[in-house]
Formats: sequence, C-alpha cells, structure tokens
Amino acid sequence: MTRPVFRMTFWKFVFLFLMAAGVYATFVRFTQGLGASTNLSDKFPWGIWVSFDVLCGVMLAAGGFTLTATVHILNIKRMHSIIRPTILTAFLGYVLVCFALMYDLGKPYNIWHPLIMRNPHSVMFEVAYCVMLYTTVLALEFSPIVLERFNLQRPLKVVRTILIPLVICGVILSTLHQSSLGTLYLIVPEKLHPFWYSPLLPLFFFISAIAVGLAMTIFESSMSAKHFGLQLELPVLQELGRVLVVVLGVYGILRIEDLANRGVLRLAFHRSYETYFFWLEIMLAIILPLILLVQRRVRSSAQGLYVAAVLVVLGFITNRMNVSITGFEGSTGVRYFPKWSELAVTGMVIAGGFALFAVAVKYLPIFPAEELASEGVREPVFDETVNSPVLEHAGD
Amino acid sequence: MSKALLYDATACIGCKQCEQACATQNNLGYDDAVAAEEFQSAHKLTCVLTRDDKFMRRLCMNCQEPSCASVCPVGALQKTALGPVTYDASKCMGCRYCMVACPFSVPKYEWGKLIPKVQKCIMCPDRVSQGKPTACAEICPTGATKFGERDELIAEARQRIRDNPGKYVDHIYGLEEVGGTSVLLLSAVPFETFGYRTNISKDPLPMLTYRVLSHIPDFVPLGGMVLGGVWWITHRREEVALAEGRLPSENKNGGKR
Repeated sequence: MTRPVFRMTFWKFVFLFLMAAGVYATFVRFTQGLGASTNLSDKFPWGIWVSFDVLCGVMLAAGGFTLTATVHILNIKRMHSIIRPTILTAFLGYVLVCFALMYDLGKPYNIWHPLIMRNPHSVMFEVAYCVMLYTTVLALEFSPIVLERFNLQRPLKVVRTILIPLVICGVILSTLHQSSLGTLYLIVPEKLHPFWYSPLLPLFFFISAIAVGLAMTIFESSMSAKHFGLQLELPVLQELGRVLVVVLGVYGILRIEDLANRGVLRLAFHRSYETYFFWLEIMLAIILPLILLVQRRVRSSAQGLYVAAVLVVLGFITNRMNVSITGFEGSTGVRYFPKWSELAVTGMVIAGGFALFAVAVKYLPIFPAEELASEGVREPVFDETVNSPVLEHAGD
Repeated sequence: MSKALLYDATACIGCKQCEQACATQNNLGYDDAVAAEEFQSAHKLTCVLTRDDKFMRRLCMNCQEPSCASVCPVGALQKTALGPVTYDASKCMGCRYCMVACPFSVPKYEWGKLIPKVQKCIMCPDRVSQGKPTACAEICPTGATKFGERDELIAEARQRIRDNPGKYVDHIYGLEEVGGTSVLLLSAVPFETFGYRTNISKDPLPMLTYRVLSHIPDFVPLGGMVLGGVWWITHRREEVALAEGRLPSENKNGGKR
C-alpha cells in the first residue's frame, strides 16, 4: 500500500485557514475575555455567537426530529435511506452548538449550573434543559451507527428496544426548544422591531425549524451525493420538496396574517434599514423558494430542489439574524457588526461541522453500503496511515 | 412591606454625592474620571444626568416583577421581599439574557475581565435588611433621594404633585411601569428628556414568557400520547396488512422503495 501523499486542494486550504483563524481567535477569547474578542457592548450584549452559532445552529439541526418522526412515528419507510445522514447532521449540529456556547458564555465553566440551580420561569432554563436532553437523545439515536461499526450486538439490541420512546422524547424536546428559542424574545416587546416581535414568535420558530429541517435534508443529501459519489435519492427528495411547499405556504400565510393583524404590514413599504432586511428575509425564505417549488418541473429536478433548499436555509438564517440582531439595532441605537474574531470562531465551527461529517461518512456506516460507489471508503479504520486524507472533503 | 426609593428631580442639585456613596458601598473606584462619565456602566451603578439646568438620576429600577430575575436560568438574580433585586455572581454563567430582557437596559457587563460579572444597582440589600436606608439616600444632602415604605412614598409623591400644581409632570415614573418598580421618580420635565421610555408596558413583562412556558407540563404528556398513538396506528396497520397476506401498499405506510 502506497503512503498517501497530502495534496493541497482549494477546500483543504479554506479549511486549514478557517481552523487557524479560529484557533487564534480562541486564544484571544480565553486569554483576554469577551471585550477584546467581540464587538459586544452593554447596549448590544448578544451578537453573532448567539444569533448564528446557537439560534441558527439549532435550527439547521432540525432535520433530525423532523425525519425521525416521519420514519419511526409515521412509519414512512421510503424515507429510511436518508435517516442516518440526517441524524448525523443533527447530532453534529447540537454538539457544535454546545461547543460554540462555551465561547459566548461569560463564565463557561458554570454551564452546568442550570442542572442544579433551577428557575422554571426562565425560557433560557428550559432551552438549556431541552438542548442538554435532546443532545443525549441524539447521541443515543446516533449510537447504533457506531455500535454497528464495531459489531457490538448487546448494546445495539438495547438501543433498538428503546428506539421508539427515544424518538418520541426527541420530537417533544425539539418541539419545545425550537419554539422556545422564539419565546426567548417574547419578553422584549418594546426593544424588538415590530417586523419581528410577535406573540406568535414561538410558533414561527417551530414551523420554520421544520422547513429548514426539510431543506437541510435536501441540501445535505445533494451535497453527499455529489462529493461522496453516492446515488442521489431523488424520489425521496422530491417528496420532501412537496412537504416543504406546504410548510412554507403555511408559514408565509401566518407571517403575513400576523403582520396585518398587528398593523405592521404598511411599515414594510416604508423605506428603512429594517425594511431592507425584512424583504431580504421574506424573498429568500418564502417567496423565491415557493415560486420555484410550486412548479412540478423544478420540484422534480435535483438541481431545482437543491437551489430551493439553499434559498430556504439562507432565508431562515437571515430570519434568525434579523430577530436577534437587526431587530434590536433600532431600539438600542447601535449598529452591530461582528469582530474578526467572532467571525473566525463561527467560521471554525462551520468548517468543523463539514469536516466531522466527512470523517464520519468515511469511517462509519452512514450510507447504505451498496450505494457507496467510490472504492476503499469502507476500509478498516486501523489500516489507515497517519497521513490519511481525512480532510478530503473538508469544507465542501 | 416592600421598601422603595423616591427621587424628586426638582430637589436635586446635581452634587453627585449619591454616585460616590454608591461606588464606595459597592467597592468600586470613584474619581474625577468616573464622575465625568455620563452614563451607567459596570463600574458606575448610578449616574446623575444633566439636561440644561435639570437633573435626573438613573439607577436600577428594582422592578416589582423584574424581567431580569425571571429570565435568569440559574436564579442568580432574585427579587427580595424587601424590594432589592439582588445578584449572586457565583451562580451566574454569563449568558447575559438579563441584559437583553431588561426593559430599562440596566444590567451592565464587565467586558474587559476574563471572569466577568453582571453589575447593576442592587438597592443595598445589606443595609436595607438592617433597616438602614440605601447609601445614596443616606448621603443625599437635599432629600431628593428618599428611602422608605413603597406605599408611603407613593402617597407622598401624589401629595407633592397635588400641592405644587405646575411644578411636576403629572406622572410618577415607576408607579405602573412594567407592573411597578421599587424606584419612583418625579420630574419637572418629561421623562423622555433623560432617556426614560414612557411607551412602556403597564403589565409585568415576565408574564409574556411565562404564559407560554406554563403550557409545557400539559404539552409533554399530551405530545407523548399523540405521538405514541400515531406510532401504534401506523404499525398496527402494517401488521394487519401482513397478517392478511397482502403487501403493505406503496402509497400508504411501509413497503419497499
């Protein structure tokens, strides 16, 4: 066996660059504190580490509960072929959220405090508990993949026995904390811009989490098919696309109805800083994907589904950023833009997510064996030499 | 009964002794540089604002139903029966939700420190529990800041407005704002002049989130039952189909791709 040579590719370079920048930002954050490593201030206490790393991170991992409910509760077996990569995505997502939270918390070593210091009136307390429990559920849902890999039959049997209660717990916990991330903002009626402050915030966060869960599943399946040389599960994705139309439609109607009820709709046609971001969000998240997905031609093509899914993901990332950043800039009177170190940490987290996904696909039975076209992917782990191209698809 | 502070801006002479007494009480440094800083910060928990010839204090309102205490996941912030909203730094994990949630944007953060704390006026709980007035009220040479029973101070504030027509804006700030606060303000000029928002809700804000949170104990068993029920139905359907010897149909549940 020839020793694999490390070849620098564009994506490997991007990955290494993001990692290096992230490590340096980590150093700054933990030696000099939040003030030196962020653009946060007393007027703007939550920045991109909350907006992207936590709010978007949890949202992007929503495919896990959406798909496990579809496959295990609704018993739609056609979807079974994509459940493993989706659970992997969700599990990685939550692990990375917890990781990134350590940067944002002023005293990260106290992160365990909600376990024993309880305040049931706090939404943050509920989110903390749900995320903690759901990460455990996801670890258990993910565990069969690892146990299979090492052929550990006994624990595998145990996990399979408790799978259904586990899935039910997962769906309940997800419903609770996905919506609670919206509930977090219910307490600031005067601070958050009326485009985004709504009594329905919990519902909006929950429905959009489902939409993003579906979109991320389409996105991640398309990417995997392309980069790991797999056969694309087109019929499955088409079905997800059909459901996505319904979810987006419901979300869109509720959003517009809510704006109209609160008398904010006319504000959307006044030129202002917030209006631009509002329309950017509405176009990306609702209007453009709906225009694409209602057309059968687009909905049945791999390309069309991919584009629509990317739009939905970007649209709802914009939504979460708007709720947590844009919507506060008016009332606080400050413009917030993240510091390089904030961006570097977030970049490192994203790059880490892609890399860990690639590593997991390489060493664990994520995709059904017969679908793996490329040779040598399922080689035993221990034969790899030190310079194994682990980061082959890093940053893809 | 709950204690409160009544600050009458018309009696204030802007001597800033309250700022200094507050800094001493909370072991924070106070010098000319700090005195020159206009606004509150992690090292200046109260400030006296000047607009033309008018003064106005800013400090934590110590709300009757504080948002900060309601949102704190670890209960580091607590409303005490006596009035003060206290802070326990050893519990705090630094999520800063209190800073986001506070309707008056009072809590400040020690951004420059590696192990930062939230800082805000905590209404001298040690003094208040011993029956003493807060440091700022004790030092005040003109009685502009007065410490006492909340009910009595409200009655007195009403009396002052009634006895001096035209002297005050007809509004006791903190009487009804977010369900009432332990700091009551009187002013000759509109409170907006000093950045106090008057479009603020009269209802305690913690209700907004608790209304949603309080459904969780109902939702969990209900959700579990519904999901379990759906699971039972879909799998029973498959079993029956198999027992009857037909293949589960492609379009419903089960079947191979």
